[in-house]
Amino acid sequence: MSRDAMIDEWYPVGLLSQLLPEGRETLLMGETIRVSLGADGRAKVATTAGHPLPVTERYGHVWSSLGQPARPLFDIPEAEHPGRRLVDVGVVRVRCSPLRAVENFLDIAHFPFVHTDILGAEPHTEVESYKVEIREEADEVWATQVKFYQPQAAKSASGGITTEYMYRVPAPTCSVLYKTCPPRPGEWDVITLFVQPLTEELCDVWPWMALYDDDTPMTDLIHFQQMIFLQDRSILENQIPRRLPLDPGMEIPTRADLTSVAYRRWLKRHGFTYGAQLVAQ
Amino acid sequence: MTSPSPVLYDYILSPSCYKARLMAALAGVRLALRPVDFHPGVEHRGPELLALNPAGSIPILVAPDADGDLILTESAAILVYLASKAAPAFLGSGKPAESARIQQWLAFSARLTASLGGARLHEMLHRPGDLAGLRASGIAALRELEAALFEQRLKGEAFLVGNRPTVADIACFPYVALAPDGGVSLDAYPSIRLWMRAVRALEGFIEMPGIHRLHELKPDPHEAPATAEA
Ligand SMILES: N[C@H](CCC(=O)N[C@@H](CS)C(=O)NCC(=O)O)C(=O)O
Ligand SMILES: [Fe+2]
Repeated sequence: MSRDAMIDEWYPVGLLSQLLPEGRETLLMGETIRVSLGADGRAKVATTAGHPLPVTERYGHVWSSLGQPARPLFDIPEAEHPGRRLVDVGVVRVRCSPLRAVENFLDIAHFPFVHTDILGAEPHTEVESYKVEIREEADEVWATQVKFYQPQAAKSASGGITTEYMYRVPAPTCSVLYKTCPPRPGEWDVITLFVQPLTEELCDVWPWMALYDDDTPMTDLIHFQQMIFLQDRSILENQIPRRLPLDPGMEIPTRADLTSVAYRRWLKRHGFTYGAQLVAQ
Repeated sequence: MTSPSPVLYDYILSPSCYKARLMAALAGVRLALRPVDFHPGVEHRGPELLALNPAGSIPILVAPDADGDLILTESAAILVYLASKAAPAFLGSGKPAESARIQQWLAFSARLTASLGGARLHEMLHRPGDLAGLRASGIAALRELEAALFEQRLKGEAFLVGNRPTVADIACFPYVALAPDGGVSLDAYPSIRLWMRAVRALEGFIEMPGIHRLHELKPDPHEAPATAEA
């Protein structure tokens, strides 16, 4: 629809570990931008006309904005605790609305069908009741006490366990997932989905993780997450309508959808409509 | 004493590596997987892997053999090796025409890799390339495959060479099944879709991301408590 309200938000535009002095061109909300490594060793982002754009370097990625962000990039305090392995998963391009990519990430009901025998399994398809809220002070969507039976919850899990999740949406195209951590009961693994909106129907997805796992080789951690995400890709590319409908009544919510309903409501309240569909078609 | 398992230098999203994993699963061969950080790390172009395969591609299979390690860097050769070791029926009956037709499809599969695989890398992982050209050559290859599989069906045969699966099917299946990842639809190819079902129904079949098992073969779907869409 419009990119007005979303224009002042931060978006991921590249991996810090892969910056090149000559730079790389990419799209942000329809605009061509160049992401490069400056002579001072810092990331630089500019429009093709050479106009510099705001830059933040955090969580393994370069973040930028076409507008003027009113706030710094959201905090993930847990991710900066020492002792975690930080995993750059890379990028996957998906022909879908950036908002659809986030919404799918929030949906646990698809686990047994799409991530069969890994994140879910038949006949354990029941979603137990959990709590969803829009936290007004932080201005974020949160879902807590989400419990689900998982055959292989993480690379480090050796058998089926009931996993607890918390989901958080701190920015229109980013979601942070906190998940029971098999090797360290009491701590949460952090798994994020950072989505770069290229256009309203095309996005680059940059998953990133901060895990307590000292044993699994880095490549295995990357592959596990890529495997999970690629199981979603063809489904995301075939969703109808292509843009995320924000008007209530278009899809009938089940319990699993409550987070998605809150997410849509929060987007609508802020006028975050880039990649959204407002009128039922 | 059993000899140690062959080592497969593997990437979970690589259809070429999946060919080797699938063949091994169908043949009942255990592989030791050595994950390669293909993306984002580009480990296949690093010194350790280039020493094994100067072409800078995966899969690579390192198999202990009578005369020392056998190093194979072409998926077609890997399939033939695994089948010869443990599932010779996948090499056909040995009749001259049949063996030759299998070779024909193994060579053909490289065209699928270059075209449909190239379009997929471009669309999914940002690999530079002439997308329209890759798709056009992928579609040309799919049309050849569809015509051949249609002829097979008229003969009452479900697979590329005869009425049972061979390495030819395993070599061609992954890039065809993942064509939509590169923006090439399979809607226009009914014989290909039937053939893909036949491959997915094989005893011992395994999945890869983007290629799902046949949920449809599971017990009565009407008893499922929820719907399958996200
Ligand atoms: N040697 C061929 C090549 C297979 C192939 O194209 N592998 C891809 C991964 S799926 C690769 O390693 N590409 C190297 C690159 O794109 O840098 C085979 O075994 O069939
Ligand atoms: Fe998923």
